Amino acid sequence: MIIETIRTRMADPAARIRLLICLAVVAFGVAAPSLVSSYSLTLLARFLAYSILALGIGLIWGQGGVLSLGQGVFFGLGGYMLAMHLKLAGHAANDLPDFMVWSGIDTLPLAWVPFRSALVSVIAVIAVPGLVSAAFSWLVFRRRVGGVYFALITQALALAFSTLLVSQQSLTGGFNGLTNFSRLFGFSTNSNGFGVGLYYVTLGSTIASYLLLRWLMASRFGTVLRATRDGENRVRFLGYDPTPYKVLAFTIAGMLAGLAGALFTLASGVISPAMVGVIPSIEMVVWVAVGGRGALWGAVAGTLLVNFAKDEISSALPSAWLYALGLMFVLVVTFLPEGIAGLVQLRGPATGWRRFGLALPRPRNAE
Amino acid sequence: MTETAFFLGQIFNGISVASLFVLAALGLALSFGLMRVINMAHGEMLMLGGYFAYLTLHVVPGPLAILVAMPVAFLGAALIGALLDWSVIHRLASRPLDTLLATWGVSLILQQGARSLFGAIGVEVVAPRWLDKAILVHQGPLAGLAVPEARLFILALTAAVLGGIALLMTKTRLGLYVRAVNQDRPIASATGIDARRIDLMVFALGTGIAGMAGVVLALLGPVTPTVGQSYIVPAFLVVILGGLGSLTGTAIAAFMVGMISALAQIFVDVSVAQVLILVFVILFLQVRPQGVIAIRSRALES
Repeated sequence: MIIETIRTRMADPAARIRLLICLAVVAFGVAAPSLVSSYSLTLLARFLAYSILALGIGLIWGQGGVLSLGQGVFFGLGGYMLAMHLKLAGHAANDLPDFMVWSGIDTLPLAWVPFRSALVSVIAVIAVPGLVSAAFSWLVFRRRVGGVYFALITQALALAFSTLLVSQQSLTGGFNGLTNFSRLFGFSTNSNGFGVGLYYVTLGSTIASYLLLRWLMASRFGTVLRATRDGENRVRFLGYDPTPYKVLAFTIAGMLAGLAGALFTLASGVISPAMVGVIPSIEMVVWVAVGGRGALWGAVAGTLLVNFAKDEISSALPSAWLYALGLMFVLVVTFLPEGIAGLVQLRGPATGWRRFGLALPRPRNAE
Repeated sequence: MTETAFFLGQIFNGISVASLFVLAALGLALSFGLMRVINMAHGEMLMLGGYFAYLTLHVVPGPLAILVAMPVAFLGAALIGALLDWSVIHRLASRPLDTLLATWGVSLILQQGARSLFGAIGVEVVAPRWLDKAILVHQGPLAGLAVPEARLFILALTAAVLGGIALLMTKTRLGLYVRAVNQDRPIASATGIDARRIDLMVFALGTGIAGMAGVVLALLGPVTPTVGQSYIVPAFLVVILGGLGSLTGTAIAAFMVGMISALAQIFVDVSVAQVLILVFVILFLQVRPQGVIAIRSRALES
């Protein structure tokens, strides 16, 4: 049965090329620790963590038509949930994290107590962003507030979250965030082996998230979500309530962002308000816009491309990065709304540019 | 200082913060009503207005230079707004979310440009002698109440701008056209109104007002490349609260946001006040998702 399905699918030459490319990319990912320098591997681990978040944006924006300018909030929630445990795990049982001592606190705040347990933290990494994103999106979507309004409210959420983190110094570490981690599950986080292990966990999570979303998109849920994107009112007239579909998609994106935040915090050794505020949140949307919002793989490709470019440009010409980022955004959105994924088009009849595996962008009319 | 005086002072603060929100949100609301487009670079128009004031004060001496800076900032920001509308926004008019992203790219470029030209630390605009004092109440139940003249100036300017816009919308031919396009774009075009030109003019008008707001902002603190950012997110919330295409709604919403922000700061710090504003907006949308004053319903918007 399964073999039969695979055989019919592989009859299409384009499908065979797609499968080969997929296998090559995964093979490179698995072999990367022995191929690239340990510095590049750290970068790759960070950017793969980012791409888990980008997959979530691909889900809500590309498939659901919901633009969120506040994914940094859920990324930050995931990151801080794990970082709180990392701060406590590095010390003896009754010692307080360094920044609390500096703020003159002598007992562990109540909000921190559960994070002594590694299990609670790992659950919270997914659960807290999930609950927050579900409650937030339900409140907004149930009153049919969407589109531009939703985007602006999420931006206000990102601003409120990051200023709150900065101002509650004694609870969150303030502007500097949480850093100086040493142990997780009894391993030293600074060893080389931990870095490679973390890389594989991140790679595995990225692939698993991708496959999960592919499966979701092929299900009935995916169909209704895309229908909501293309004509929310028509979906209503057909008897569906779009709200639960949008809320579920937003919640999944929030949970993926939380997972991404935790993995990123481990890979970079720090989480701070500067990584979760308004500008980082909107930068996350750039990755997906460049890669192509229409295809999930575009989200991953865009994230890796933009972030490696950022690393190169900002180390060579620090002030040029913001110009490059701004210009890239204007040009991509204006002239290439489907991103890189829109250029590469292996589906459909092989006519015109498609014969070479390329599709020139088609003008998109309505949202 | 008595408690009443402190409380009244805080209410006055709320009104003056609200009037800045009005000036910042007016342009956003005008073009949002017409084109369903949010200009994320609108905050940078405030910033540009501040730098225009700084430059004008270098060229023009004397205590009334700040009054010269107003039209300079208005025209400068309006010109840049017109350029922005012509080059980016009207190309994307049918894709509101994409416009949001593209104009954010523009805002990054403008911020970085200001950083390269004027430095990251910011420049000072010194208020003229007739604006840098505060009116003090020395005795009676309100002893201790201080009303800064610069903030009174902002109130007067906001009242003048609101009055001017109201006259423009109700008494002139341009205002008639704007209202027509606002109500029904295809029908307005069919009667011979050049809707494209109306869009451009309204957009330039809105960015010009933001430029003037930038001048008064410069009187309150240093002008930095990111000065617009701290006012623009509340201004977006004001537009959401205000209701589509209604200027009265925008003014009322700005008043609500300014008041909540000022009164909350009696009890909590600025960052918590920001969270409270967001919570208020979300709760308000539970009751009135269409905003304070709704000309059209949002429920079946496509």
